[in-house]
Amino acid sequence: MDLKRKAERRKPARVDHLLIADMVRPGARVLDIGCGDGELLSLLEAERDVDGRGIELIQSNVNLCVAKGLSVIQGDADRDLVNFPDASFDYAILSQTLQATRRPRHVLEQLLRIGARAVVSFPNFGHWRIRLQLLAHGRMPVTANLPEEWYATPNIHYCTIKDFLALCLDMNAHVERSVALNVYGTQIGIGLPLSWQNIIGEQAVFLLTKRT
Amino acid sequence: MAQTTIHNSAIAHFSEAEPLRLDSGAVLAPFSIAYQTFGALNAERSNAVLVCHALTGDQHVANAHPITGKPGWWETVVGPGKPVDTNRYFVICSNIIGGCMGSTGPASLDPKTGRAYGLEFPVITIRDMVRAQARLIESLNIPDLFCVIGGSMGGMQVLEWAATYKAKVFSAVPIAAASRHSSQNIAFHEVGRQAVMADPDWRGGRYIDEGTAPRKGLAVARMAAHITYLSSKALHEKFGRKLQDREAFTFGFDADFQVESYLRHQGTAFVDRFDPNSYLYITRAMDYFDLAADHGGILANAFKGTKTRFCVVSFTSDWLYPTRESREIVQALNAVAANVSFVEIDSDKGHDAFLLHEPELFGAVSGFLGAAAARRGLPATSQLADTSA
Repeated sequence: MDLKRKAERRKPARVDHLLIADMVRPGARVLDIGCGDGELLSLLEAERDVDGRGIELIQSNVNLCVAKGLSVIQGDADRDLVNFPDASFDYAILSQTLQATRRPRHVLEQLLRIGARAVVSFPNFGHWRIRLQLLAHGRMPVTANLPEEWYATPNIHYCTIKDFLALCLDMNAHVERSVALNVYGTQIGIGLPLSWQNIIGEQAVFLLTKRT
Repeated sequence: MAQTTIHNSAIAHFSEAEPLRLDSGAVLAPFSIAYQTFGALNAERSNAVLVCHALTGDQHVANAHPITGKPGWWETVVGPGKPVDTNRYFVICSNIIGGCMGSTGPASLDPKTGRAYGLEFPVITIRDMVRAQARLIESLNIPDLFCVIGGSMGGMQVLEWAATYKAKVFSAVPIAAASRHSSQNIAFHEVGRQAVMADPDWRGGRYIDEGTAPRKGLAVARMAAHITYLSSKALHEKFGRKLQDREAFTFGFDADFQVESYLRHQGTAFVDRFDPNSYLYITRAMDYFDLAADHGGILANAFKGTKTRFCVVSFTSDWLYPTRESREIVQALNAVAANVSFVEIDSDKGHDAFLLHEPELFGAVSGFLGAAAARRGLPATSQLADTSA
C-alpha cells in the first residue's frame, strides 16, 4: 500500500461508510455506483481488501479517483448499468445516490441484477425535522444533511424509510439488514418500531438480495 | 536472433528461419526491430513497460531524436520521476514494423532483389505490428509486460495487445484511441496517400531506386493530417487570421497567413525524417484496424476472460478519436466485467493533447500505474540502479 493511500486511511471515515464496510465481506468484488471522490472505495480497499470499481457522473471526481489509483469510470447510474453482466459483482453499492437518479426503481433492479447483494444508503425524508419544516413553514425542507434549496438540489427522488421498504416489497427484494442512523450518526436501536425509525432516522443503510 | 545498433538504437534481427507471418497471408523474413530501452529490468523480470508509438512516432520516446535533435516525443510522460517512472519500470519502445527508423519497412533492402522493397513490401496490420513486438519481447526473455501504453495508433496497438496476448498484459493504457477506424479517419488518410502518390517523384513507389523523393506529396499529406490533430479552437487561438511577416495581403499565393506558414513548416520538417512509402503502409494498417470485426463483430468478445487492468483516456476536443469511441471500448470492457478506469480530460488542444503538457493525464497515468504496480508487488522504486544512457 502506498503512502497516499495510507494518508487517506487516517482521515476519519463517515459513519455510513463504516456501516457499509461492515456489511461487505473481505476480498469481495465491489461496484460503487456514484462513488464521488472515491472515499468509500478507498475505505473498502483499505479495510476490506475488496476488488473495487466505481462509476461516477462528475468527470473531475473520476479523474481524482483514477489519480488515487482507484478503478473508476465516468458514467450515469440511470443509463450505464445495463452494460454490466449479471452477477458480475458480490456487492453493488449505491451510497447516497438513489435520490439523485432519474429512475430509482430501474437503478435498484440493475443493482440486484449486477450484484449478488445490493447495499443502498439514502437520506430519510421522513425524518422529524423535515416533517416539521414542511408542516411549520410550508417550505421545502433544508437541513444540515440536505443543505440545498429545492431549485439547486440534485436530489429529485426523495423517499422515506417506509417508502423504500414498500418499493423493496413491490420489487420482491429481500431485506437482509437495515440500519437507521440518527443525526449524531449513531445507530438507532433495532428494537424500535419502524414508524419510530422513520421519524428519528436521518439516513438509512439497507442490505438487499433478490428473492428467488 | 542477432543484435546490432543503428540511429543509437538496438536492433533485434530475426533470420530467414524466424519469419513473421502476416494477416495478409504473406511472410516477412528476415526482419529487424529497432528499439530503445530506459531504466532497468528487475530480477523477477516483472517491471517491463512497452510504449507503443503513433503513426509518425518512433522508438525515441525519451531520448533526443538522432535526425532532428529534438527531445523524445513523450519526455513529459516517460523518464525518471515521470508518470512512467524509469526509476521504477523498465521501458521498451520499438519502431513498428513498416516504419522507417531502423525496423524493417518499405525503405529496407529486400534481400531477394537487393533493392528497397518499395511497394513489394507486404501490407501490414496493427496486429502484425503487435506480433512483431511480441517477438521482440520474447527475444528479451521477458515473460509478460507490466504495462502496454500508447496514444493514437499506439493506443490501437495497446488494445490489440490486450486482445491477442491477454496473459502477457498486466495493465493497458490506450490513450486518444479507437477500436476501429471510422469512415472519416479513412477518408483523411486517403487524402494523404493520394497526395504522396500524385507527386511525380513518387515513381510508382520506386523513388529510392530512381534517386528522387515525393517530398511535396508527403508534405501535403502531413499538412492535411496535422489539421486533424488540432482542434479548431487551438488553431484559432494560436494563429487567428494573423499575417506572416507582412502588413497586408500580397494578393498572391504566398503563405500570407501564419497558419499557412506553420503548416508548410510542419510539412517540410516531416519529410526530412519520414519515408513516404512508410506513410502509405502505416496509414493503411490503421484503416484496416477493426477489433470488433476480428472478433465476430462484438467488441466485448475481444476482451472476454481478460484479467488486464485497463485505463482508457480521451480528450474533450479530440475530434479525430472522440470520447464516444473510448466510451465504446469502456462499455465493451464493462460487458466482460473487466477492471477498467476511464478518464476524459478537459483540453482544447485536440488529438495532439496526448503529446502535450496535460497534468491531468500525468496524474491519471501515474496513479493508475502506481496502483497496478502495488497489485503486482513492484517496489516503489527499482532496486536496481538506473542504467539508461
